Amino acid sequence: MIDSLFLINHSGDIFLEKHWKSVISRSVCDYFFEAKEKAVDPENVAPVLQTPHHYLISIYRDKIFFLSAIQTEVPPLFVIEFLHRVGDTFLDYFGECSETVIKDNVVIVYELLEEMLDNGFPLATESNVLKEMIKPPNILRSVVNTLTGGSNVGNTLPTGQLSNVPWRRAGVKYTNNEAYFDVIEEIDAILDKSGTTVFAEIQGVIEACVRLTGMPDLTLSFMNPRLLDDVSFHPCVRFKRWESERVLSFIPPDGNFTLMSYQVSSQNLVAIPVYVKQNISFLEAGSCGRLDITIGPKQTMGKTVEGLMVTVHMPKAVLTVNLTATQGTHTYDLATKVLVWDIGKLNPQKLPNLRGSLSMQPGAPKPEENPSLNIDLKIQQLAISGLKVSRLDMYGEKYKPFKGVKYLTKAGKFQVRT
Amino acid sequence: MQEWANQLCENRQFGSKMTDSKYFTTTKKGEIFELKAELNSDKKEKKKEAVKKVIASMTVGKDVSALFPDVVNCMQTDNLELKKLVYLYLMNYAKSQPDMAIMAVNTFVKDCEDPNPLIRALAVRTMGCIRVDKITEYLCEPLRKCLKDEDPYVRKTAAVCVAKLHDINAQLVEDQGFLDTLKDLISDSNPMVVANAVAALSEIAESHPNSNLLDLNPQTINKLLTALNECTEWGQIFILDCLANYTPRDDRESQSICERVTPRLSHANSAVVLSAVKVLMKFMEMLPKDLDYYGTLLKKLAPPLVTLLSAEPELQYVALRNINLIVQRRPEIMKHEMKVFFVKYNDPIYVKLEKLDIMIRLASQANIAQVLAELKEYATEVDVDFVRKAVRAIGRCAIKVEQSAERCVSTLLDLIQTKVNYVVQEAIVVIKDIFRKYPNKYESVIATLCENLDSLDEPEARAAMIWIVGEYAERIDNADELLESFLEGFHDESTQVQLQLLTAIVKLFLKKPTETQELVQQVLSLATQDSDNPDLRDRGYIYWRLLSTDPVAAKEVVLAEKPLISEETDLIEPTLLEELICHIGTLASVYHKPPSAFVEGSRGVQHKRLPCSAGSGESVDSPETSSTAGVSDAPPAVIPSQGDLLGDLLNLDLTPTTTGPPPPAVSTGMQLGAMDLLGGGLDSLLGGDLGGNPAIGAGFGAAPAAMPASFGAPGSGGLDDLFDLGSGVGMPMGAYSPPKSVWLQAMKAKGLEISGTFARRAGVIQMEMTLTNKAMSVMTDFAIQFNRNSFGLSPAGPLQVLTPLSPNQSIEVALPLNTSGPVMKMDPLNNLQVAVKNNIDVFYFSCQYPISMLFVEDGKMERQIFLATWKDIPNENESQFQIKDCHLSSDAVSNKLQGSNIFTIAKRTVDGQDMLYLSVKLTNGIWVLAELRIQAGNPNYTISLKCRAPEVSQCVFQSYEAVLKN
Repeated sequence: MIDSLFLINHSGDIFLEKHWKSVISRSVCDYFFEAKEKAVDPENVAPVLQTPHHYLISIYRDKIFFLSAIQTEVPPLFVIEFLHRVGDTFLDYFGECSETVIKDNVVIVYELLEEMLDNGFPLATESNVLKEMIKPPNILRSVVNTLTGGSNVGNTLPTGQLSNVPWRRAGVKYTNNEAYFDVIEEIDAILDKSGTTVFAEIQGVIEACVRLTGMPDLTLSFMNPRLLDDVSFHPCVRFKRWESERVLSFIPPDGNFTLMSYQVSSQNLVAIPVYVKQNISFLEAGSCGRLDITIGPKQTMGKTVEGLMVTVHMPKAVLTVNLTATQGTHTYDLATKVLVWDIGKLNPQKLPNLRGSLSMQPGAPKPEENPSLNIDLKIQQLAISGLKVSRLDMYGEKYKPFKGVKYLTKAGKFQVRT
Repeated sequence: MQEWANQLCENRQFGSKMTDSKYFTTTKKGEIFELKAELNSDKKEKKKEAVKKVIASMTVGKDVSALFPDVVNCMQTDNLELKKLVYLYLMNYAKSQPDMAIMAVNTFVKDCEDPNPLIRALAVRTMGCIRVDKITEYLCEPLRKCLKDEDPYVRKTAAVCVAKLHDINAQLVEDQGFLDTLKDLISDSNPMVVANAVAALSEIAESHPNSNLLDLNPQTINKLLTALNECTEWGQIFILDCLANYTPRDDRESQSICERVTPRLSHANSAVVLSAVKVLMKFMEMLPKDLDYYGTLLKKLAPPLVTLLSAEPELQYVALRNINLIVQRRPEIMKHEMKVFFVKYNDPIYVKLEKLDIMIRLASQANIAQVLAELKEYATEVDVDFVRKAVRAIGRCAIKVEQSAERCVSTLLDLIQTKVNYVVQEAIVVIKDIFRKYPNKYESVIATLCENLDSLDEPEARAAMIWIVGEYAERIDNADELLESFLEGFHDESTQVQLQLLTAIVKLFLKKPTETQELVQQVLSLATQDSDNPDLRDRGYIYWRLLSTDPVAAKEVVLAEKPLISEETDLIEPTLLEELICHIGTLASVYHKPPSAFVEGSRGVQHKRLPCSAGSGESVDSPETSSTAGVSDAPPAVIPSQGDLLGDLLNLDLTPTTTGPPPPAVSTGMQLGAMDLLGGGLDSLLGGDLGGNPAIGAGFGAAPAAMPASFGAPGSGGLDDLFDLGSGVGMPMGAYSPPKSVWLQAMKAKGLEISGTFARRAGVIQMEMTLTNKAMSVMTDFAIQFNRNSFGLSPAGPLQVLTPLSPNQSIEVALPLNTSGPVMKMDPLNNLQVAVKNNIDVFYFSCQYPISMLFVEDGKMERQIFLATWKDIPNENESQFQIKDCHLSSDAVSNKLQGSNIFTIAKRTVDGQDMLYLSVKLTNGIWVLAELRIQAGNPNYTISLKCRAPEVSQCVFQSYEAVLKN
């Protein structure tokens, strides 16, 4: 199981360590630093490393490496999932997950880590349970604590810890009872030069924000559940009901949570909301190139495309750009060679266009490859897969809750090859 | 300057008043001192703040262990947060301050009885984390109670605590019966407790691979499956991993388990999903393929695997490594999912490479067009490693899908046109393989390849190009020129290229003999005369001989038809694949190596096998697995025998005496240590029985003379030791001394381990001991005493342990003994009771010494007296023994015995039977006379002992036997 955890910042300083079994010397991280050195980019460090006496499993998120040292054979996914859970918990407690905030709250962090893992076995990882044991910091409470000598640690056993619904605490009370569901879909797609879809799929999640008194039992049903062939649920969802009736039946956790995530895979046709006409060329011998990009709406189901943005990672040889946009603003970062064109709303009557010349380093060879375009966009009130919630019913409680569903489509990893 | 910095520090401290970072700013000198004062403050709040500061320093690796007593003092509090903080501190530093940690025991034990289950659980949990023996002792009782606690939260914490305790002291856990209690918890009513019990048992089982701790039967399986639905995600992982070790009885049971595990595929936690996949992949083997359910299951497996690929890159990586295995075992699962493996440009490189691998495995006629288009795209990417692999992948596609070969070749040609150096080189390497697979089909491209000859700088690419030129020499007009150009720098090429060049030129010669004679001679002389590489030289000679004796045969050999290359490359060998499938989701599946290959100290890890399908008849289950386990156990068994071999070799080197009558000069050299002991005995020996042989006599006489004086001196301990070292296994050079054995176990003596033996060195009896400190603290003040014993043995001086013995250190001590102590008859006679004292305690143990060390050097009896004494001792005092399986000649025997002060008085040969008359004198003046009968060819010797004190006979006989057999 997990023996030790090291938190390492971007520049390679270990700023926190926690051991759940015997103490493992920091020097074990040297193997990791070696790999990090080799990988150049922090994203490219392999997540599983082997050293003479330990295995090092790490994740990289929010500019922090979460590195765990392990001595026995253990499922690596288990470790990786757990490390992400640690990151999520920090985010949940402190509002962000950064070196500063962790250092600012080091004692709570330490208490949390101790509560999350015992002898390397996960103990309490549900945010609900943790929050009952260790109260999240806030300024008011620390003032009150200072005055009254109170503490941040709960004195009683968390109620959810052992019940059949460990994700929900007992005795929840609200004056306004409400349940909101956000259906958020991301399109991952690769389009080739000519605009045909090489690969496309939709990653969907239903994010819920449920503030309901007591022990409500909810049922969420869809207009077209057949779309969902690949789903993963929050533990609260009763799988049997889904199998037999295709409805989501569950006792919700209190507060924000991800109810389900799903994938509408490449078997189904995925609607691509925009098309891109582009022409990027570099002259063979000369020291310049041309760029011309136009974006237009394709399958938007009558909705407006917003937050449109194009990011291009230019080849190293491109020194400066001289471009004009018919709409929006563009910037070119000379150091990272990233061109960002922030378009905003897409107007179907007047298609946005960006064109101009690229000046190259004199004498540099012609780039072997044209850069890919990364597209970012948002469409409100639309789930591009066509998924629709039909109704939400509540059992087990008498009051009438306020209910709401929102849809949002975003671009995920949406790239156009040139 | 320092002043200013401090001020700045304080300002910052003020600025960030509400956060913990203030704990980091006290870096001034008196920090520890200040904290100490605050910890002892009367104000609760101040105390808590101080403990927080201490913890903060601890987390960043500062040493605050000096505050141990002060922090422990804060432990007795009703404030749970403060208590937790103190516990955190204790866990970190208890090990370095074991004596202080004892102070905390009482509070722990008290807390284990607290009415609040949270506190009970916390106490038992923390105690388990403190790896100090003394605390562990006190842990047993509270743990036993907590394992049966009414509150499940406490029970589940206690279950984990058993695993902790096992890690610290496995024996204790077994002795206390905790393992059985833990097994009972598998049937607990609370699923969380079940999950933790399974997790703890699995961890313990890992260190005892054959212990059968997780004894799975249909009943327990049922309980696990019930708990699976109700426990936390982490518990589900433990239970699923445990289920995967079960072998169902038949396909019905297998199917019902599969049905109950399938819902886990929709879990949000990817580790749960992958563990479920493992169970299904394994149990699927048992399902008949024509079953409807089998097909349904196959279909159900694909979507969750695809979902894993949309998670964070680290998760993707592990998933991909596992999918790689799954695809090899059951390609049908993912055959429609090619597109999800397409590479995104912002994937981390480790994900890209894995995706590429799987794409090739999935490539088929149906999707090859898509795959090729993708691969071509990748071949123009930036990352060199990735591009290379993509180019190779195109070649592998060509070999795998025949219909696509043509398209692949043209794609490769396009890539060669880019003139990007490493792309061209990779392309040429794979084109070589394509030529092998489809001979006489794509030779038209050779011309293009030849154009790029000059740009090749990597050995593999050069070798591939040379192979192509040689293979198709008849179609390349200027083949000789091309090859000749390589020949210029022949000696700078790598071996791979040299070998290929040699073969290629010989091929060329066989195809175009007329114009290339000079070339072939040149290369043959380069290979055979100027090269120091044996492979190259040998191949050169073989070709040379072939060409000069029988060119037709040479043609048959060199231009023989080559075997076709296989379609799939890099496939994992099937038995390994089976094993890896059983390890899906583990590190083994990430490394694609069996756990035994890398798990540290793999204690005979059991090889897992997939169960056999019901249809195939023969069942592969426990006997098979146990036999493979046996195989894996075998290597450790071999190692000691290697040790023996080493011992034997040394023995052979040093003691040819063991075989046949020894050349005396050698035996003298052998017994350097005992040289002075031989004294008069040697003379009389020579004078008596051996006297008739002048050559031997001369040998004996000469040897001592040639020896430097110091060798003969009794103080030749150094040399003696040297021999001891060399003999390793305790081969006696002088007096026989048994190998060291453990007299006092560390467990019984608070960490002090004593092993030892007795020896007689240069007439002095010595007790030689190794003292090892296996405790955590330093040991000092050693002393030793003997109880009264049969021969009055007592230490001749104090036990010389001058330096304190620090943890994990060993020390060798030789204690000289005399025989002037008080006498008391012991049973057995050679029993010795010893007391050893150190700063910790007094320990007692008893040991048995070989009586041979009491044989004195002047134990050679005059022949006449021997005869008289023999007659004088009454016959009832005679006892007879058999020494079995001894293969020494009589001379060797007497030599050997003499080394241990057993002297041969005379030797007689009657009817092919050698009779040796021997005498021994003990330190207390008792004489023991013996008659040893050795019959040629019979390994069993008969020995008769006569002594006035017949009680010693048994012991003396044992010594004879020990001396002769060692």
